[in-house]
Amino acid sequence: MKRASRTIKLPETHIAAVAIEKSYRKGQFGVPVLRGVQFGAAKGEFVSIVGQSGSGKSTLLHLLGLLDAPDVGEVQLEGQRIDDLNAAARDELRNRVFGFIFQFYHLMPELTLLENVQMPLMIRHATLAFRKNRRRYREMAMDIIRKVGLEHRVRHRPSELSGGEMQRGAVARALVARPQILLADEPTGNLDSETGSEIMDLLQQLNDESSLTVVMVTHDESIAARAHRTVRLAEGRIEILHEAA
Amino acid sequence: MYKLLLCLRYLRTRYIALASIISVMLGVATMIVVNSVMAGFGTEMRDRIHGILADVIVEARSSDGIRDAEFQMQQVREIAGEYIEAMTPIVEVYAMLSIPYAGEYLPVPVTLIGIQPEGKARVGPLIEYLDSYNQVIENGKVVREALRSGDEDPDWDLTSDASEYRRSSMELSRISVRDASSTAPLHNDVSDDKPDPTDASAASGAAPDFDDTDSMSFDPFRNSTPQVSGDDLGLDSTEHEFAPCAARLYVGHSIISWNDNSPEPGATQTVYMARPGDDVMVTTVSAGRPEPARFNATIVDSFKSGMSEYDMHFVFMNLEELQRIRGMDTENSITSIQIKLKDYTTAPTVVRLLEASFPRNMVRIGTWEDKQGPLLEAVQVEAAILNVLLFLIIAVAGFGILAIFFMIVVEKTRDIGILKALGAGSGGVMSIFLAYGLALGMVGSGIGVVLGLLFVRYINEIENALTWLTGQKVFDEQIYYFFEIPTRVNPLMVFWVAFGAMTIAVLASIFPARRAARLHPVQALRFE
Repeated sequence: MKRASRTIKLPETHIAAVAIEKSYRKGQFGVPVLRGVQFGAAKGEFVSIVGQSGSGKSTLLHLLGLLDAPDVGEVQLEGQRIDDLNAAARDELRNRVFGFIFQFYHLMPELTLLENVQMPLMIRHATLAFRKNRRRYREMAMDIIRKVGLEHRVRHRPSELSGGEMQRGAVARALVARPQILLADEPTGNLDSETGSEIMDLLQQLNDESSLTVVMVTHDESIAARAHRTVRLAEGRIEILHEAA
Repeated sequence: MYKLLLCLRYLRTRYIALASIISVMLGVATMIVVNSVMAGFGTEMRDRIHGILADVIVEARSSDGIRDAEFQMQQVREIAGEYIEAMTPIVEVYAMLSIPYAGEYLPVPVTLIGIQPEGKARVGPLIEYLDSYNQVIENGKVVREALRSGDEDPDWDLTSDASEYRRSSMELSRISVRDASSTAPLHNDVSDDKPDPTDASAASGAAPDFDDTDSMSFDPFRNSTPQVSGDDLGLDSTEHEFAPCAARLYVGHSIISWNDNSPEPGATQTVYMARPGDDVMVTTVSAGRPEPARFNATIVDSFKSGMSEYDMHFVFMNLEELQRIRGMDTENSITSIQIKLKDYTTAPTVVRLLEASFPRNMVRIGTWEDKQGPLLEAVQVEAAILNVLLFLIIAVAGFGILAIFFMIVVEKTRDIGILKALGAGSGGVMSIFLAYGLALGMVGSGIGVVLGLLFVRYINEIENALTWLTGQKVFDEQIYYFFEIPTRVNPLMVFWVAFGAMTIAVLASIFPARRAARLHPVQALRFE
């Protein structure tokens, strides 16, 4: 039943990587990671990228999220090139358009869950503006925390949370600023299968409800299969492009 | 917003940063304490030098002085009268004081300063320094109350205590002379002095024709031969014989006494070689062609200005008598005029005015600071060097911050990556660490300022506690003549110290902050 809804094709390409090449410098030699990758995700699409370790899938995700710049090629958001923007504009895009989830959650140990979740809002707004609207921002954060089911944990530090709770907290942080695109780097990689599947349920639910574009990197085929579409990367190239359906 | 939150959170949770806070704090507190104590001592010393000298001094270049004190002072008054509160004539000359002690004469080189006590008291604090106006305190206990009250004008009369002492010691010495005529007794020369006033009056009759210095040298010469004094004893039976000599002295406290260890451990006592009421012999030179002039003088009082240099070398004498002995009385010559100004800030103006009117080859005009320039400068240089050295302490604290911050940046690499992933700019990340450095500096110097000021406020209590703890006197009043450690807090100094510490803290955090800002987000996130 769900599959039927997932097969709906969205025509517009939301985020795209066009002929991307990227290599990392190791001593004197450049080690190529991506060699001409062509990738696109439509608005509201849930795409998973699978591949072996070192296949370049994380690098592709970082390039899409403007955490890194490609050597060759372009990153396009709604058809517009974004990778050559200046630093301030890229920071702004990361804050407003993209939400990130990492394998190791990466919550800040000094901050409570609520503060962690509010972090993108704090980065977006200056101190005074934030303090003026802190009630509203707190409500925004509480809403999303409720959605991920952590409302009983808001005052806790990350060290007091379980792995699944931390990842749900990270999801809440990624979504609090209402991004258009969620980039997830092995979101279940550090969790047992049951908790991992809970996180996947959550991502699917978010994708369904708010037509969020989700690009997820994983090496787990069963997790990848829950996406609309799976892209396989091997040795820096797209190997197969097939419909999940 | 995130910058502030993280900065405050790091401040509260990174205990390693406490180390740098403490080092900044100690540096700041030390600087404040040392500066305050040095400023206290410096101010006290300046006050004392200033007290003995005067605001502005007009000084003759020759030891013969300048003629006609009244006329010169009238000139000064005409030139700069509006600025002047009081002035007094002075005759200053080198002399040797011979103190009879333990059967022999102890010679002390001194500066003999002829003053009019009332006049001198008007241009500077004289009464405050004189022994008879002050309590005598030894080892923290009042040994003797003040003999005169502060509203009495100083004069050359002996206090009743001193006259009593004079009478009894002279009688005692007479007995001892009778008993042991072979050895020169302690107060031999004192008993010898009684004919001196009469001789002096005879000499003063001959004073106008002072060109024949024979009469002058003759006079002390006879006095200074103690061997013959036994013969005079028979004559000294009247009340008059106890009268003091015509020459009267206020002697620097350290000339006639020294501090010695008391039989009680840890305490000191003052040993006197001569007291008010005793006579001493003074040798100086006459004006004109220098001839030795020797005379006996009675110590009327001792003074303690607190400047050891002055207390060891200055002797005040009655001006008229000194003029007479030096042959300066015919023309009422003086060597200098001490001037007190209504407002000391006008001193340069007054000096300029006077310099324009007085012949420069005859007189030298300057403020007390000009006279003591090298000493004051030395103190300033000392303070400056000490400040540089102490500031190095804070610089060391700065390097501590640098090292600790690098550690924290490394520790926080992943968090920095996340911040960047969430949209924080390099500038934002950098300012977190700069603000963190500033916060450390502010907290450190804040606590340091409070600690330093408290230390200064309770420095005497702390000194007492240390004395009690170690059993060794940390701050000996006897050496410095202070009953407590003088301190002076300069608010501007406190501000600059705190400001400097904060600047150093921020400077030290620049490198780590730049490193944090330059971290590549992907590498930062991969960092495990």
